[in-house]
Parts: sequence; C-alpha cells; structure tokens
Amino acid sequence: MFPGQFEYHRATSIKDALDLLKQFGDDAKLLGGGHSLIPMMKLRLAQPAHLIDVTKIAELCAIGESNGKIAIGAAATHDTVANSSLVRAKLGLLAEAAAAIGDVQVRNRGTIGGSLTHADPAADYPAAALALEAEIRLDHEGGSRTVKAADFFLDLMTTAVQPGELLTQVSCAPIPSGTGYAYLKHPHPASGFAMVGAAAIVTLDRNGKFATVRVAVTGLGPKAFRANAVEAALAGKAADAATITAAAAKSADGIDALADIHASADYRAELARVYVRRAIQAAVARAKA
Amino acid sequence: MRVNLTINGHPRGDEIEPRLLLVHYLRDVAGLTGTHVGCETTLCGACTVLLDGKAVKSCTVLAAQADGASVTTVEGLAKDGGLHPIQEGFWEEHGLQCGYCTPGMMMAAVDLLSRTTNPSEDEIRHALEGNLCRCTGYQHIIKAVQYAAEKMRAAAGR
Repeated sequence: MFPGQFEYHRATSIKDALDLLKQFGDDAKLLGGGHSLIPMMKLRLAQPAHLIDVTKIAELCAIGESNGKIAIGAAATHDTVANSSLVRAKLGLLAEAAAAIGDVQVRNRGTIGGSLTHADPAADYPAAALALEAEIRLDHEGGSRTVKAADFFLDLMTTAVQPGELLTQVSCAPIPSGTGYAYLKHPHPASGFAMVGAAAIVTLDRNGKFATVRVAVTGLGPKAFRANAVEAALAGKAADAATITAAAAKSADGIDALADIHASADYRAELARVYVRRAIQAAVARAKA
Repeated sequence: MRVNLTINGHPRGDEIEPRLLLVHYLRDVAGLTGTHVGCETTLCGACTVLLDGKAVKSCTVLAAQADGASVTTVEGLAKDGGLHPIQEGFWEEHGLQCGYCTPGMMMAAVDLLSRTTNPSEDEIRHALEGNLCRCTGYQHIIKAVQYAAEKMRAAAGR
C-alpha cells in the first residue's frame, strides 16, 4: 500500500507554511507526524495534491513557559510531551495522556497539533485538553487567534480550524499543587486507541469535599466532551465512593454513543461510567496524597 | 525530489517520488532488506527502524520526511564483525522462531535500552507493545532484551 501522487513541501517557518497553504488551498494538507494522514492516504481516503510538512519548523517543536502558562509547540511529538520534565512537573495530566497514546513508535512520530486537528473520536489528547481547559493557537496570514478546547472540537473529525489556518501552539495553566488528576482509558487491544478514555482534575476543600472538579471523556461520542452532569453531581459533595459512583453513572447522559465493530453503544456507555469513576477516584487519591 | 540521509553511518542521496515510503526506500532503493514489510498499517512493527535514534514504523514515514536524518536499520547493529548485544540476546535466549518480526523487535528494544539501562519486565513488555510476534509468545523475546540489557550494563561498567 502506498499513497497517491503528491508534491512534498517542507515548510521552514510558520510564515512559509501559511504562504504554502494560501498558494495551494484545498489541494494541500498539513503534515505533522503523519500517523493519521499517511494511513488515510495509503487507503486513498485522502489524496491531497500537496503535503506541507510543518515538523521541521523549530518554533513548533518547542515546549516552554511564558506568561504563567505552559506552551507546547504543535509539532512536539507525543514522546516529547510525555517525557518533558516541564510537562511532567506542571501538566502531569497531559504527560499521562501522551504516554497512553498508541505505542512507542507512534509516540515517536505523532504530534500534539496533528492529533488535535485530526480530532479522531477515540484520540487521547482531546480529553486531557478539555479537562485542562487548554487554549489552542491558530495562526493565519497576518495574525492569530486563540480557541478554547471547549470550542475547538465541533463534531466527528471536525474542528474549529478554518482554511488557511495552522495550529501552532497548545497552552495550559499549570496544574496547582494539591490538585489530583488522572487519565485512564480502555485501550483497543490492537490499535491502542481509546475505546473510552476519561480525564479528571479535582481539588478538595479542607473538609474533603470537591472544591473543583473537571471531567472529560473521549471515545464515547463523535467528539470528546466535558461531562458536565458528572461535574455538577460532584460539586461541593463529599469525595466518597458512593458519591463518585452515583455521579459517574451520569457519564453517558445525553451522548449519542458510537457503535461499531469493536463495541456497541451500550458497552461504550458502560465503559464511560466505569472509567470516569476510576479516573475521579484516582484523582481524589492523588489530591489527598 | 531529492533526499539526502545517512543510513547506518553511510551518507547517501537519491532521486525519489515523494510518495515513496521509508520502508520501500530502505529495501528497494538502498537494498537493505532486513527491514520487513508486515501489516503496512502501523500496527505490527516489523518495519521498525531508528530515525535519529528513535524507533519508528517505516511503513508510516515518507522517505521525504527522513531527508537530513540518520537512519539505523537492523543491518547497522553489528559492529566490526561482532553481534550487537540485542542480536546476541535473541540468539542466546531463542528470541525468534520464523524471524519475521525479529528486526523490528530488535530496533524497538534498542530504543528502550537507549532510554533505560535496567528495564523491568513490565517496562520491556510496554516498550514492545507496538511489535507483534506470532511465534514465540514473547517470553523469550523478553529474556533476549534482559540479556542485552545486562550485557550492555556490564560493558559500560555499571
């Protein structure tokens, strides 16, 4: 299997990439690690005439701290994110999600920007980005805009990225100390994709009640989402097993669960209830530690 | 288009089609058939090589993306007529039967051993999740990696 014919362009800067995007328009696709796009091209599900490789733009590979936020370049690989000492120290949830993606070979190639823009419903990063309330920077000719993770994922493999835009950076406020977090998933045994994945971030007040709680789910519906009903059921309540189980039972409420050869909608909904419960319990345990 | 890269320490350049996959470049252009084509869908790991020192599935990398990079294939492991410790491990611990997955397994193991010198059994299994073997049941492959780790630690005086 091999892709159809195309021209390969290696962008040397963000401006260069945007110029190429403008020049080739709908005939072009941006290439990150290629671990979603190349398989699609081999199956001829995608046949772009031009590929614009953005992975050699130095600016897009950097991870740093600025204005009180951790900023991750779009071309940072999952392996880089998972092993970055800065990300591990200040955005542990994101490092955990990155380490859970695929296998080591996939993590060595796949990029955070590529994964987010591909918006596979079973991808790991979207749940972490939603729980962390990440901000996603999109550059276009002559400027840029920032989109909140909550506004980024629109539908199945559909995001807020507009023609002519390039995802350049993902930034998140550092997770404060005393906060518990966890990303847990039920991986598909062959592909490693999340049948369902759950991300949780919690803080407890001095009485052991939930002060903040953010929960996001991937793999269940056509796009990752914040489990608002679960969060509401926990707010201000005691962080005990019964409360968490009752709240997690709402994980699939109102979601049109995906059904495919791998899992029925009912099974996915049950996985969501189980993994949301486990993720919250793990986050609570860490918050107490 | 033209690509220039280093394969097993030897620089080379070739005119290629942009759609040429790295695995086909290595096998059909560079003549290095030790890297195997398995599932072609990024799952089995038979085509694993090191790209700038990191294990990648070369069926899902364009040769064009490797322009300027350093590639190590299984042919690049043995040095000065002596087997690499991972090759020796597979030999000594019977880490293969048919051998189809073996080059990819070894390259993934080399990536692991570049990150950690004393991996636990769990760490080895985790690091080889992207490589499938249909013969051995993995047990002897784990032992082969443990053998190599020990040998490399001894050689480094640790």
